[in-house]
Parts: sequence; structure tokens; C-alpha cells
Amino acid sequence: MHAGFIFLAVIIGSVLFHILTPWWWTDIASNWGAMDDTINLTFWIGGGVFILVCLFMVYCTFKFSYKEGRNVEYKPEDNKLEKILTVATTLGVAALLAPGLIVWNEFINTPKNALNIEVMAWQWGWQYRLPGEDGKLGTAQVVKISDENPFGINLDDPNGKDDILIQSDELHLKTNRPVQILLRSVDVLHNFYVPQFRSKMDAIPGIITYYWFEPNKVGEYEVLCAEYCGLGHYGMRAKVVVENEQNYENWLNEQETFSSLIAKQNKIEFNTIKIAKNNN
Amino acid sequence: MSDDYKENITPLEVQSSESTTESGSSIKDIDYVGPAEVADQDLYHGHSFITKWIFCQDAKVIGVQYFLTAVFTGIVGLILSWLMRLQLGFPELVPFITAEHYYQFVTMHGMIMVVYFLTALFLGGFGNYLIPLMVGARDMVFPYVNMVSFWMFFVAVCVLMASFFVPGGPTGSGWTLYPPQAILEGTPGSGLGIILMLVSLSLFVIGFTMGGLNYLITVLQARTRGMTLMRMPLSVWGIVTATALAMLAFPALLVSCIMMTLDKVLETSFFMPTILKAGEVLDYGGGSPILFQHLFWFFGHPEVYIVALPAFGIVSDLISVHARKNIFGYRMMVWAIVGIGALSFFVWAHHMYVSGMNPWFGFFFATTTLIIAVPTALKVYNWIITLWKANIRMNTVMLFTLGFIVTFVNGGITGIFLGNVAVDVPLSDTYFVIAHFHMVMGIAPLMVIMGAVYHWFPLVTGRMLSEKLGKWHFWFTFLGAYSIYFPMHYLGFIGVPRRYFEMYDSPYVTSAVGMNQFITVAALIVGLSQFIFIYNIVVSLRMGKPAGRNPWKANSLEWLTPELPPAHGNWGDKLPVVYRWPYDFNVPGAKEDYITQTTPPSEVLGAEVEKT
Repeated sequence: MHAGFIFLAVIIGSVLFHILTPWWWTDIASNWGAMDDTINLTFWIGGGVFILVCLFMVYCTFKFSYKEGRNVEYKPEDNKLEKILTVATTLGVAALLAPGLIVWNEFINTPKNALNIEVMAWQWGWQYRLPGEDGKLGTAQVVKISDENPFGINLDDPNGKDDILIQSDELHLKTNRPVQILLRSVDVLHNFYVPQFRSKMDAIPGIITYYWFEPNKVGEYEVLCAEYCGLGHYGMRAKVVVENEQNYENWLNEQETFSSLIAKQNKIEFNTIKIAKNNN
Repeated sequence: MSDDYKENITPLEVQSSESTTESGSSIKDIDYVGPAEVADQDLYHGHSFITKWIFCQDAKVIGVQYFLTAVFTGIVGLILSWLMRLQLGFPELVPFITAEHYYQFVTMHGMIMVVYFLTALFLGGFGNYLIPLMVGARDMVFPYVNMVSFWMFFVAVCVLMASFFVPGGPTGSGWTLYPPQAILEGTPGSGLGIILMLVSLSLFVIGFTMGGLNYLITVLQARTRGMTLMRMPLSVWGIVTATALAMLAFPALLVSCIMMTLDKVLETSFFMPTILKAGEVLDYGGGSPILFQHLFWFFGHPEVYIVALPAFGIVSDLISVHARKNIFGYRMMVWAIVGIGALSFFVWAHHMYVSGMNPWFGFFFATTTLIIAVPTALKVYNWIITLWKANIRMNTVMLFTLGFIVTFVNGGITGIFLGNVAVDVPLSDTYFVIAHFHMVMGIAPLMVIMGAVYHWFPLVTGRMLSEKLGKWHFWFTFLGAYSIYFPMHYLGFIGVPRRYFEMYDSPYVTSAVGMNQFITVAALIVGLSQFIFIYNIVVSLRMGKPAGRNPWKANSLEWLTPELPPAHGNWGDKLPVVYRWPYDFNVPGAKEDYITQTTPPSEVLGAEVEKT
């Protein structure tokens, strides 16, 4: 059998696989539909180029397979053709790049009304901190972390007193309210990733990174760590619950603030370096 | 030094005037080639077994040594990939694969395949064998340094393999070795394993620098008469540009290895911020983990092209020879290779869009990354246009080049997804990335390597490989590898993250169990089918059909040596003189369908040659 048939079957098979695949995106649950659209656009343009190039190749193998004495074209260069191809490719690439950059611009500029949420990662788990009534998170330092001060909040920072501490891996979010995730890590790189929200960013020890999204679908979602962080990486899961305003407020009211945590403890040595905030 | 040079130049001028005066008067002008500018090379000829085959200074033997060592590491890498796939497809089937082992396999597989297998194979293996032959030199310009280069590589491989046997085992930090985890408890092999890895990489860079200087200077200084830069085969252009990249990129790897070794051993803090670990604040502080990522990818991205450019070059030659047609747009192909090489230093942070670096970098690196797609696409067009109105031999070599085009275009297009910053956000760190880079820098270059082995095996051994076995080998490898990596993209769309030892019962992953099993079975088959290849090589070494001279009717110099396989010194008494580029196939008016580079114009007077 001519090899071209098998190559042809590979191309047709790829297209069929794409049409019939049961494996596709999870249903989107955030505002980043534009990312999906850009992927689709890239898919159609890129997939089209792939099919055209491969079909041209297969056609040539059928049409010009070896025959003694065949009349072969001798044409080392063709400036006009090369120019057309260069310009067409550049235009195609620009058409793909432009929407990508526009979406990226949205992605890195957090809307003003976004709620700041600190996600703190360690080997291997998550905990969260929300601003209190002042809407601001207090500053924090790794060296201040202790049993009594699980987030290492600076005690002399008034903004930190009313911060809401969630020492569990379950985070609740309100629908249709943008959130800015502020990522902290106390040890190695991590990444707070919910496939349904489409967005992700690494947490880096030493600096605070951020990204934002607007959850828009009520439900429970699994958080995955998406940056390799050692042996327990694959087990570093958590849960995000997206709910309506009423349920969210109920949940929020059950959470403890930093000042109430302090009040609960009779005696705290703030400068202690003895820490037990850890998993193992 | 200058006195010596003047003495040496006299016989060379005599030689050149000979070739211009001995023929008739009208022919003398069209056959004129400028005199040699560098004296002929004096070589050390080994006599004992050790100097001829072990500590050998012949670039061809060194090339084979590099090739065999790299293939050995490649087989280790292949076996590691089997073990990983077994865990992913059939967890608990092989009880000894714990999470610790799994991450060690992932890390070693990645590092071995990228650095010790592909880089060493293309530059050390093909580079050493082909460069002197293709440019008409007797050997590399520094044969002794060239020998040391191989043995440094050999020691680097030994150190790497030794890490499998030290307490704690090899490092399991992922092939990117990101600190802080790479050197902290909680990552497998964070003791001796990571130190040996860093030492081995440093040795590799040192050894490679010796080889790389050789390749560059040989191409710049030791080309034979008439071999202008724009007459060099694209294989040489690809290999030498990749070498230039390597000379600029590997230092970044070397310094990051040294800095990380210091962080590990002396507790400096180049890459280490304040860290709270197991309830204790460690003695580190003030360092930047992102700095390492920048250094690593400043090496790591050019590294992709260090593998890709030789593949681009070699595949151009394979296509041209077996399609019996000149490569289309040679000059553009050369400039595309050089342009891609230069651009590859300005795209590194596209590996870091979600790393937490300043997000404004995203605009710059997305733009540069997509710009690099233009010359790359032009190369693809030129390969397929070369097939247009050609006379295509559908042999094993051609099958591998066609397989390369399919996998490379596929992987190149998924690269546009990942390079386009906003599209990368949902896809990065998922199986889409794994599928992309295996397709584009795993399978595609492997297709070229295998095609190149079928193509040049007759040159190296004087015997042909079996076509029948070759075709079986191709179809198993191509169809198998394609069915591993094409569906794998869709795992990435679902959102399955990389480097997960197991997925438990995450809802979006349970649907992928069947696919994971299928991929594992395909991976086992592809791996096993490589034994067809090894069998073919072993049997053909002794019993293959004798190749004879220039069995493919190619034009480039490596097929035109006085002895076959070429002897030490390559060219016998007299260096070849080059009159044309290596792609004069089916020139109108010529008797044969090829005109070798050493054919003077006076012998093919009727041929309407356009490009020389």
C-alpha cells in the first residue's frame, strides 16, 4: 500500500478525534470565557494550517512518487512566492497574537471592586485570609508565623486586627464578585489552580503574586496545586465553594478574626520563633 | 607564527595554480576556485587500539562514541518513561513505584532526554561525524580537545548514572530543578542526588564547550577551497548555529548550577528566600527563586533550538536528496536558521507566564514568541514546496522526514497556543504542555535522527540497513508516538495537571482513565519497536547489502571521499575542491539527476545551473 494512504488516515483520524472527543474542557465557572474563545480561534486557524500542510504533503507523495526519468522542476528560489508566504504568515500570527494580548491585559489588571483574598500555601496544604471590615489585609512575615499567629501577621499593623482567618482548606466565594487572589508561600513554589476558573498563578516564597477572576457559577470546585512542590504535590488539593450572597455571608460570619483569635489565647509571646504551624 | 605561515603558503599557491592552468584556456576561467587560505592540517595518527578507538582524535570515531553513549542514556530514559507510564495507566500494578520513585523517574527522564540524549546526539554525534566531512576538512581543528570533550561527556554521564545508586537516590525535583524544593527535604534525592545532578551538568557544559569551540572554528576556518558559507549543506548550518546558541546558553546553566550547589552545600542564598519548614525558619534569606527560573530558561529555551536547528538542517538535506530536487529557498532556509537562533534568546520567559514574574513581561515575550513562529513556518513551507514537482523516493528515510513534518507542524501549532500568553494561562502546567513539547522536541527530532541513521549508516559502515525492517520500524514509531501524544493534548484541555503521581478520584480525571491506559500501552509498543531498529543495525553491520559509493546519489562532500567508509584524514592526498552548492538535483540539461559539489562546471557544460 502507498504510504500516503496511511498519512492521510492519520490526518482524517486527527480531525475525527477532535470532533468526537469526549475529553474536553470542564464547564467554565468564571469570567474567563475570553480565554476559551482565544483557544478556539487558535484551534481553527492552527488546525487549518496543520491540515493544509499535511494534505499538500500527502498529495505530493502520491503525485510525484519516484519514476525513472520524471521531469523534475528546477527552481532554487521564487521570491514572489516566498514574499506572499511571509506576509500571509505574519498576518495570521498577528491575528492570533492580538486577542491573546488583549485578554492578557484584562488578566493582569484587577478590577477596583475585587475582593482581596490571601491564599497561603505550604508543603502540603492551603489556608486563606480575608480582609475584615476595613477591606484591607494586614502585612505579614514568614518569621512571625507561630501557633498563635498562623499567618505571621504583623501585630503593629492595625489593618491586620480584623482579618478573617480560615485555617481550613475550604474557601467560599460569592458569585459575580471579582476576587483577587494574593498568593503567599512559606516554603517552596506552589500554584493555586481551579480548572473551571481557567486561571492560575504560582505562589513564591518571599514575594506576593496575584491573579483575579470572577466566579459566576454556584458549585463546589477542586483546587489543584499546579506547580511541582515535592513529594506531596499530587495530594495538595483543596476545595472552593461558590455560593450566593446569603450563604456566603452566613459562612463568613462563622469565621474567626485575628483579634478574636488573640483574645481567645490568654498568653501570647508574639516574638516566639517556636512554630507549630505545619503539617508534619 | 607569521613566518611559518608564509613558508606554508607557497605549496598551496602552487596547488591552486595547477588546477587553473592544466586545463584549456576557456575552461580555466569557469573552473577557477580561489587558493586555500589556511595550510593543510597535520594530524596525529594513532597506532595502538587505545589511541585509535578509545582515546581517539578522529572526529568520526568521536562522533560514533558520542552517538553510542547518547543512545545508551536514551535507552535509560526510555525505560524510565515506561515506568512512569505504567504508574499513570495502571497504578498499583507495579508496587515498587512509589511517589518518591515516580518523581525521580520524571526528573531523570527529562534531563537525560533533553541534555544527555538529544543534545549530545545531534551536536556531539552528528556534529562530529558530519562537519569535517561536509565542509571538506581533514578533521576538527583541535582534535585533542575534541577527544577530551567526549571524555568529559562520558564522565558527566557516569556521574549522572551514579546518582541512581547513592543514598536517597537521584534527584526528584523535576527536570527544571526549581529551587527552593530541589535542595530541600520533601523532594526525593535532595541530598546527594541533586548535588550529583548539578556536578554532572557542570561537567557536561565544560565538555561541551570544548566540542562547541571545535565545531564553530572548524566551520569558520577549515572549509575547503570553494566551500563558501552559502554552499554549505543545511545540516552544517543547523548544527553550527545550534552550537553558537549552546556556547551562549550553556554558561547560564553552568552559573545556575554553581549557585545552586553553593546554596545547597554552603547555605548561601542566591535562590533561597526566608523559608519556614517543618516548624523551623531555615538559615536562608533574601534570595530569589525566580532568578533561577530566568537563568534556567535563558539556557532552557535556546536549548529547545539547540535540538531543533540541527534537526531542521538535517531534514532539509534528507528531503532534498530523496526527493531528487533542490531544497526550495536555500538562502531563506539559512537566514531562517540564523534568525530563529538569534530570536531564541529573547523568548525564554514564555515558560514563566504563570511563574509570578512581573506580568508586564508577558506582552514582550508573547510577541517575540509568536514572531519566531514566522521563520519557523517558512521553513515548513519550504520543505513541502521542495516535494512539489519532485521525484520522491518513498523509502525509509523519506518516511521519517514526512513523519517529522507531520509531528513538527502539529507540535509547532500547539506551541502557538502556549506562546500566546493568555491562552497559556489555562493550559500551562497541564498535560497539554507535555504533549506539545514531546511532539515538537521529542518525536519530531527523533524522526530526523532515525531518518539520518538510515541515510548515513551506509557512509559510516559501508553497508545498507534493511528497508523492510526500516519501514516496520517507522510505522510502529510514528503511528505509536502520534497516538501517545495527540490524544494527550485533550487531557490538558480537561485540566489534568502535570507531575501528578496519581489523580485519586478527581471528577474530571476519572473520564480519562481509559485514555491513560491506552497511552501507556502505546508507549510500551513504541519503546519495544525500537528493538527492531537495534536489531536492524546489529544485523546490517555484518550482513547488510554493501553500500558501494554514494548509494543515495547525493551531492554533498561526505559521500565523495576516496575511501568508503572515510578513513582518518578523510581526503587522502588532496583536499576536495568545491564548485557548487549541494542541491543540484535534476538540473535541466545535465545527464545525471545529480551534480556533486566537486563536479567542475567544465564537466557539465550543458547544465543550466541557477544557483552555485
